[in-house]
Amino acid sequence: MYKRLDEAGTAVTITVDGRQIAARAGDTVAAALIAAGIAHCRTTPVSGAPRAPYCLMGVCFECLVTVDGIGSRQGCLVPVREGMAVETQVGKREAGR
Amino acid sequence: MTKASDLAPSYDLVVIGGGPAGLAAAALAARAGLATVLFDENPGVGGQIYRAIGFSPVKDRTILGEDYWAGAELAAEAKASGASIVTGATVWSLDPARLVGVSIAGQARLIQAGRVIIATGSLERPFPVSGWTLPGVMSAGGAQTALKAQGLVPSGRTVMAGGGPLLWLLAAQIMRAGGRLDAILDTMPRRNWLRALAHLPDFVLSPYFAKGLKLLREVRAKVRVIRTDRIEAVGGDRLREVVFTVGADERRMPADLLLLHQGVVPNVNLAIAAGVAHAWNERQLCFEPVLDGDFTSSVPGIAVAGDGAGIAGGTAAAERGRIAAIAAVRALRPAAAVPDLQTIRQRLQREEMGRAFLDWLNRPADSFRQPTGDTIVCRCEEVTARQVRDTADMGCEGPNQMKAFLRCGMGPCQGRLCGLTVTELIAAQRGTTPAEVGYYRLRPPVKPITLAELASLPIAEAERKAVER
Amino acid sequence: MRTADVVIVGGGIHGCSTALHLALRGLRPILIEKDYAGRHASGVNAGGVRQLARDLHEIPLSIASMGLWERIEELVGDDCGFESHGTVLVAENETELATFRARVEDLRLRGFTHEELIDRAELKRLVPAVADHCPGGVVSRRDGAADPFRTTQAFRRRAIEKGAEVLEGVTVTGLTKVGANWRVETSAGPIEAPKVVNAAGAWADRIAAMLGEPVPLTVVAPMLMVTSRVPAFIQPVVILRGRKLSFKQLANGTVVIGGGHLATSNRDRNETVLDWDRLAISVRTVWELFPAMRAATIVRAWAGIEAYMPDGIPVVGPSSTAEGVFHQFGFSTHGFQLGPGTGAMMAELVATGSTNTPIDGLGIERFR
Ligand SMILES: Cc1cc2nc3c(=O)[nH]c(=O)nc-3n(C[C@H](O)[C@@H](O)[C@H](O)COP(=O)(O)OP(=O)(O)OC[C@H]3O[C@@H](n4cnc5c(N)ncnc54)[C@H](O)[C@@H]3O)c2cc1C
Ligand SMILES: Cc1cc2nc3c(=O)[nH]c(=O)nc-3n(C[C@H](O)[C@H](O)[C@H](O)COP(=O)(O)OP(=O)(O)OC[C@H]3O[C@@H](n4cnc5c(N)ncnc54)[C@H](O)[C@@H]3O)c2cc1C
Ligand code: FES
Repeated sequence: MYKRLDEAGTAVTITVDGRQIAARAGDTVAAALIAAGIAHCRTTPVSGAPRAPYCLMGVCFECLVTVDGIGSRQGCLVPVREGMAVETQVGKREAGR
Repeated sequence: MTKASDLAPSYDLVVIGGGPAGLAAAALAARAGLATVLFDENPGVGGQIYRAIGFSPVKDRTILGEDYWAGAELAAEAKASGASIVTGATVWSLDPARLVGVSIAGQARLIQAGRVIIATGSLERPFPVSGWTLPGVMSAGGAQTALKAQGLVPSGRTVMAGGGPLLWLLAAQIMRAGGRLDAILDTMPRRNWLRALAHLPDFVLSPYFAKGLKLLREVRAKVRVIRTDRIEAVGGDRLREVVFTVGADERRMPADLLLLHQGVVPNVNLAIAAGVAHAWNERQLCFEPVLDGDFTSSVPGIAVAGDGAGIAGGTAAAERGRIAAIAAVRALRPAAAVPDLQTIRQRLQREEMGRAFLDWLNRPADSFRQPTGDTIVCRCEEVTARQVRDTADMGCEGPNQMKAFLRCGMGPCQGRLCGLTVTELIAAQRGTTPAEVGYYRLRPPVKPITLAELASLPIAEAERKAVER
Repeated sequence: MRTADVVIVGGGIHGCSTALHLALRGLRPILIEKDYAGRHASGVNAGGVRQLARDLHEIPLSIASMGLWERIEELVGDDCGFESHGTVLVAENETELATFRARVEDLRLRGFTHEELIDRAELKRLVPAVADHCPGGVVSRRDGAADPFRTTQAFRRRAIEKGAEVLEGVTVTGLTKVGANWRVETSAGPIEAPKVVNAAGAWADRIAAMLGEPVPLTVVAPMLMVTSRVPAFIQPVVILRGRKLSFKQLANGTVVIGGGHLATSNRDRNETVLDWDRLAISVRTVWELFPAMRAATIVRAWAGIEAYMPDGIPVVGPSSTAEGVFHQFGFSTHGFQLGPGTGAMMAELVATGSTNTPIDGLGIERFR
């Protein structure tokens, strides 16, 4: 869907549901998912429909993911960090994770 | 990086939002001697127009255009002014006594402000078409942010739909960057010209005229533009094709990415939650705060500047920020030297001149604001247009009652992507006006906050006493 | 001149319930509401339908209400989201548990059996997520929770179907006796009726003042928070005694956290301002009691404007100064559950001059 204008930049590796993803310093989690071609980052708690980042500016809450164990974070506002563990969210987020 | 624990318990001025309005306001106020802090929830300042200024990976300056790079100066000015600029800081509450709730890296604080300037800007108007929740459908602003901040450009089969200056700007930027754009579906009704024409003379004199024409020409030379009055995003787990009508014909275009945009509207959540009175703007089809000439709101000590005060663009946003900051300085340090207000007002007036023309010309069609049938209106709670219309028919008179019946607006986005649609649908269904129907009553937290964050608030005196007793 | 059999001031759960029960008795009431039905406490409360931990004077009304809650759909044509999974009062230590034991024993001697003492094991069975340090508690098994706005609206709708008239956006501004009737001045013109019910919630002292009947009502604004949807993990409503907390998960997965910490309010402007320091206290209590909730997010918080009486129990019964006027207010942050039964009792009292439900100790004359 998207390509990087240039591949320079500091490489940062994060995991998404355990799988390693190559990101760049300066990416947000949502941007890294998009750049990696990950189609959706969560399913809705209501109908289970798949959703992906929509606005990338912090207003739509479609980019909710679990980051390093903390659920429902807005992926488009969280910068990636080396070794960050991102989990896509299925429906209602489990309490206690 | 500023941490929550680095913050003072109070500041003369708290500026919320680090776009042009917030940056200009903070710079002016700090230079005049106010203890000023600016909070922005994004990882960097710049706001929407100057997103990622200073660390954008886009090096070729022609791609984003000189208007973008102008933001560097504003950011530098704010940094040099002595204001504390805190990024990654989400403001989740503001009350009429100007107590500001903010979270930074999972730690929350309540900060007392002498004055507050809300500069939270705008967001894209909801564009509720069938299938707009599918992965592969994004807002054009989102794609632009990915370009500015991460240097990402569309590379698959890409369609843009809607209208308004930003849509054309993004199309040009994508083409300049070597991205892929297969078609633009122009949804702006032709008859808009009728109302717009009267304002053409002003527009011709405004700074936007020459830029706008050039941009349109640039895009039209490279991309197919098709006029349509119906769009549907179709797919299963993700977008597969865009269906649209041209005259009586239905056409289908396979696509990986559909970018939607039909203008921007003020981001009203924080101001409404703070108790600021709002009114309906019929020309811009949105709610905006009721403000005086200094951008002071109905709540004493709280001003709203920038596009959050009503859409007028990035340059106007900065001027508005300065005017609001001068009012704050005059209130708190009457003797401090400030720039000449009249000059700023004149510059602002020039900026705002072409607005009426742009607004009338780019006024989205009713059918794209007031959906029907199973089109989702509230993305969070998955409430459809039919449900909202039926509930209005049953006697539900306002968005707050609608919330209680359907849960629309009760999800994490707190109505940002459905508020205007719900108001307009109720008005349409009940034969009244959006002004009559009103908007959601919004409550803090204006952004969700984790229990852990709230628990991290320093233990107040009252509670300590209660525990000791 | 517009006339009615009864004018009801206030469209909360109480006014709407009384309107319905009067209409069911064949009377023609007009209900007057300054905003819209359910705009205030009745539409925004925590929805707790509890008999547990009530003042002795309220228990008969509460029990009568419970009977109506259990056939709420039959009564109002909507299930009101009512679900019955009990209320559990959790003891945080042995001292608390001992106090609870004494209370349950006292109730039993008076013939009330709805409260039941439970030990650690039963507590864990009912509320598996509760922290391990809690030694037991009290359960009222028939208790539950309902959707407050939907409930108030359902009463309003059914009242209208049965012949009541509901005027919204209309304010009562005066009460004067004209012959055998009360002349009720409103922002939409006067209405005359032989009987008036004051169900004006946090504004009810103003109606009483119109009758020369001052009453020590204070206006409070309890706060609530709700989380995003989380997987089901708790069924009963949980309340604490020592620290302020009420806690419940709705069917949609969201968790409502309340318990009585107060916002500041301005009843003339329908305005409440939240106190985050105090909400943080509730949050820390949840933190300790339900470790599983620590990563949940708060999506909204709000407060409702409510009447509080010095003794924490409502004012229910005839006026002590004005013949034909009846009071039904001052529910002191727990009047939602009481709505159905109090309305039925009030309709009986207004229509017949007496009631079979004991309301001793609830009259306004106690403040004279
Ligand atoms: C997606 C998008 C892209 C745009 N791109 C352009 C463009 O390229 N060119 C152009 O001329 N105009 C653009 N605009 C129009 C834009 O509104 C500009 O006119 C300009 O950015 C307005 O400046 P501002 O200072 O009022 O607000 P903004 O620039 O919008 O800045 C507001 C800032 O407030 C922050 N904020 C919001 N809520 C909170 C909160 N609760 N806590 C902390 N921080 C918060 C946001 O993160 C944001 O950085 C765009 C608008 C949008 C919505
Ligand atoms: C946050 C919160 C949580 C709560 N949780 C629970 C709970 O879990 N369980 C429980 O049992 N109870 C609970 N309560 C208490 C319960 O909500 C109230 O006791 C109950 O709703 C009171 O109902 P009411 O009809 O007396 O008052 P209201 O609902 O306040 O209705 C009174 C109405 O009178 C109208 N009015 C006032 N003056 C005039 C006038 N002059 N003319 C016309 N109209 C007028 C007002 O606009 C108002 O709508 C809670 C309350 C709050 C605020
Ligand atoms: S993509 Fe919209 S909030 Fe993150």
